[in-house]
Amino acid sequence: MNPTDLIDRTSLRSDVPSFAPGDTLKVHVRVVEGTRERVQLFQGVVIRRQGSGVRESFTVRKVSFGVGVERTFPVHSPIIQKIEVVTLGDVRRAKLYYLRDRVGKAAKIKEKRAAR
Amino acid sequence: MAKKAIVGEKVGMTQVWDDQDRVVPVTVLRVQPCRVVQVKNVERDGYAALQVTYGMKKEKALIKPELGHFAKASVDPGVRLVELRLEDVSDFEVGQVLDAGLLVAGERIDVTAISKGKGFAGGMKRHNFKGLPASHGAHRVHRAPGSIGACATPARVFKGTRMAGRMGAEKVTTLNLEVVAADADREIILVRGSVPGPRGGMVLLRDAVKGGK
Repeated sequence: MNPTDLIDRTSLRSDVPSFAPGDTLKVHVRVVEGTRERVQLFQGVVIRRQGSGVRESFTVRKVSFGVGVERTFPVHSPIIQKIEVVTLGDVRRAKLYYLRDRVGKAAKIKEKRAAR
Repeated sequence: MAKKAIVGEKVGMTQVWDDQDRVVPVTVLRVQPCRVVQVKNVERDGYAALQVTYGMKKEKALIKPELGHFAKASVDPGVRLVELRLEDVSDFEVGQVLDAGLLVAGERIDVTAISKGKGFAGGMKRHNFKGLPASHGAHRVHRAPGSIGACATPARVFKGTRMAGRMGAEKVTTLNLEVVAADADREIILVRGSVPGPRGGMVLLRDAVKGGK
């Protein structure tokens, strides 16, 4: 246990679902525009999850109008309203950077058959 | 001089979220209640200061002079005695307790501590020298300081010329750090940014001398 863990405890979220690289997520992000606040959806494949504790983060990749978009979120960020796991992916590595070089059907990830 | 001051220990660094959900890097400082052992004033001592102690130390671990000093103030012996130089000590008396509640969130403070020792360090690390080229004929001199002076005039090296040597383990003050949170119950102060010294090292916190709004 790190000596700063007691401080971190208040910054951690308890409502984070379990997900891993290869899974498809819907990330509901709270966006503040002036005084108004709305929820933006970012749906894509988790290509990495790194770090631990309050500093843990994950990266979601999607292809939007033919352009690859990657967004990295801290797992415990308060700007995330909720994370939905859409599908579980069947992948063989922890970092799916190879998806960046693939387009179309080649970039598709097999869905995991058995329930986790 | 400082209007208020307190002593603590560096615990380590982490991050917290601010009210706009942004990440704030913070240093966690453990500030235990400080008991005033002696009040030094200008008339008697030539300067104004509070001598405080914190934590607990077993009586058998103390030497006789310390024992007498604590007994005179009738204060429980602490791990060390620290002097806090203040502008005005007339409001303080022996036995009084200072805690982390002395500071409030949003306040600006200066933090003084002994920095981490780096040992014998070269010019590049110690004085940010640029070193010599990586190639173009440079041979075994890549991190060397280069010239340290002229030749026949002055025929010596000037005093104070920056060279390799002992680095760190010196008193360093970081100015104008923001207090993110101060919690007297948990004996904790969170300060935005980094603070000199190793984890577990003693740090001195004072209200900022510079800055202002």
